[in-house]
Amino acid sequence: MADKILYTRPRSIRDVKTHYCPGCGHGIVHKLIGECLDEMNCREKTLLVAPVGCGVLAYNYFDVDAIEAPHGRAPAVATGMKRARKDKLVISYQGDGDLLAIGTAETIHAANRGENITVIFINNAIYGMTGGQMAPTTMEGQVTKTTPYGRDVTDVGYPIRACELLNTLMAPYYIERVSVHDVPNILKAKKAIRRALQNQLDGKGYSFIEVLSMCPTNWGVDAQTGADWVRDVMMPYYPLGVFRDKGTEEASRVQ
Amino acid sequence: MKKPLIAIEKCKGCGLCIGACPKKILELSSAFNKQGVNYPVCKDESSCIGCKFCAVICPDCVIEIAETDGEV
Amino acid sequence: MGKRVLLKGNEAAAEAALIAGCTHYFAYPITPQNEISAYMAKRMPKLNRTFLQAESEIAACNMVYGAAATGVRAMTSSSSPGIALKQEAFSYIAGAEVPAVVINMMRGGPGLGNIAGSQGDYNMCVRGGSNGDFHNLVYAPSTVQELADLTLKAFDVAEKYRILALILGDGYLAQMSEPCVLPEPSGERHEKPWALTGAEGRDAQVIKSLRLADGVLEVHNRHLEEKYKAVEAAEVMFENFMCDDADFILVAYGTASRVCKAAVMRLREKGVKAGVFRPITLWPYPYEALSAAAAGKKKVLTVEMSLGQMLLDVQLAVRGEVPVDFLGRPGGGVPMVDEVEERVLSYGR
Repeated sequence: MADKILYTRPRSIRDVKTHYCPGCGHGIVHKLIGECLDEMNCREKTLLVAPVGCGVLAYNYFDVDAIEAPHGRAPAVATGMKRARKDKLVISYQGDGDLLAIGTAETIHAANRGENITVIFINNAIYGMTGGQMAPTTMEGQVTKTTPYGRDVTDVGYPIRACELLNTLMAPYYIERVSVHDVPNILKAKKAIRRALQNQLDGKGYSFIEVLSMCPTNWGVDAQTGADWVRDVMMPYYPLGVFRDKGTEEASRVQ
Repeated sequence: MKKPLIAIEKCKGCGLCIGACPKKILELSSAFNKQGVNYPVCKDESSCIGCKFCAVICPDCVIEIAETDGEV
Repeated sequence: MGKRVLLKGNEAAAEAALIAGCTHYFAYPITPQNEISAYMAKRMPKLNRTFLQAESEIAACNMVYGAAATGVRAMTSSSSPGIALKQEAFSYIAGAEVPAVVINMMRGGPGLGNIAGSQGDYNMCVRGGSNGDFHNLVYAPSTVQELADLTLKAFDVAEKYRILALILGDGYLAQMSEPCVLPEPSGERHEKPWALTGAEGRDAQVIKSLRLADGVLEVHNRHLEEKYKAVEAAEVMFENFMCDDADFILVAYGTASRVCKAAVMRLREKGVKAGVFRPITLWPYPYEALSAAAAGKKKVLTVEMSLGQMLLDVQLAVRGEVPVDFLGRPGGGVPMVDEVEERVLSYGR
């Protein structure tokens, strides 16, 4: 009576314990990417660019060739890699501090050049690795180590909407925002990631997936409360949906 | 007959799987794993419909979904 | 032997890089090195190679880091303030042991300074302008010919040691035109098992500088130390110009050394025996050779286009055995031949 396994860890993800906190969304997104790499049989041609932030140790968890980029420079590193090895699948995996604070210029210009890379952006509204400081995506009024009285938008400005920002650029091929706060959305997130990776394989150009994700530890909540917070507080401000899809030319109505 | 296979020692106790199960058959056990964390247990495998929700939402690949040949 | 051509410094360096097999060049505009980018923008597409202008010097150098990490020969170039922006990437490239070539055509500083040639980046480029214990190999050409030869050599040496090789020129060398014989390709290539080409038929590998586990970075630093010692043992270059019978030794590199050579010729016509010790590698610095050249001399005069930065290394080499004097002009100024001549004459016979 052998058990048939219907669902298990993807081959592209190593069977190791991650450093991510309980309920952190990084682990879920890692798994989704890993599943896509398995299904697309791309593990052996993937080049992962790891950011500076919680995601830096992704190179320990993905069984793929990887490089660690200086903080914010992943899109530039990815540009160099892709232009040197056009046949490889180059993924720039970044957090909100990396992509939207110090790396804003690299983000915008890689997108504006339409680099044929896939950028996967984990938006958890905080700097996780360094213990919970304000990020460019920190919500108005959200308490962090550097906004102990809540983010004051009149003082430090508003959370930045990356998809909408990049959607003003001509070159990007595919831009979608998804979330991993519950299973239906996780399954949608996987489709989006799969789409973005396939776009790259087909040489279509720049694909950008923003993933709303939980950071229970630095939000000071348990995992489920964190997931609910993504749904109830982040999603109204960061609407999910496809902002750009040159493939079908019709951007489905934003949810 | 489908059921979750839970690698107890890998669990970090986040509990997301508990909320994700549509049949509400997962619960945190009172027992601890080596990390001192309460891991999930399936209290009624016969009700498991193999939807994989618990495994999908698990950030740490703790849960596998298996299908047995039916002999209980 | 290639034919002699009249070439501007910037263009000689660019062509030498192409001869060396540079397939990826990432640019950002800054005077006085712009002709390198313009030249590459024209030539590389014709050679089916990659030219890309980045959004900043920072991005350009990180593109070099990414491209080189996959095993190709990559380069970027800039000038002083732009090189300051690239220093972050230099440290990562050193820690990750990725071979790369960078050209710095120095200009007057600090800050925006001016666009005249200068040597004010010595400390930044030779004594370490970024975080952590590391070195870049630094070549200091003084002629267009040497600029071309050293740029070609830089690619080979960078690959041999998995190190960043920096060509330290200045705005004068960049903009002047001189006859030059373009070097032949060396054909030297080094295996790159470490290159990121995809985990096919082998285990996945990582190129990184982060080593968090207890004690692991220290071990890595020791490994880098061994590498740097090997470079110091094998790669020092200098020129000993009429030093043997000299009473006075001028120590200078790059454009300043050309002024000193002219001064030496004049002095010798007046019966004053002077010579020029010219470091060609600024790291590894030719301490022993300079110490030997200065031994028993009456005086050593360091001449720089700055307020005195290599001066410290000269003093280290001479170790007080011979008095060390300094003549320098910062901010794009160039010591004149007669200034150097007068200074040496002031030492008396």
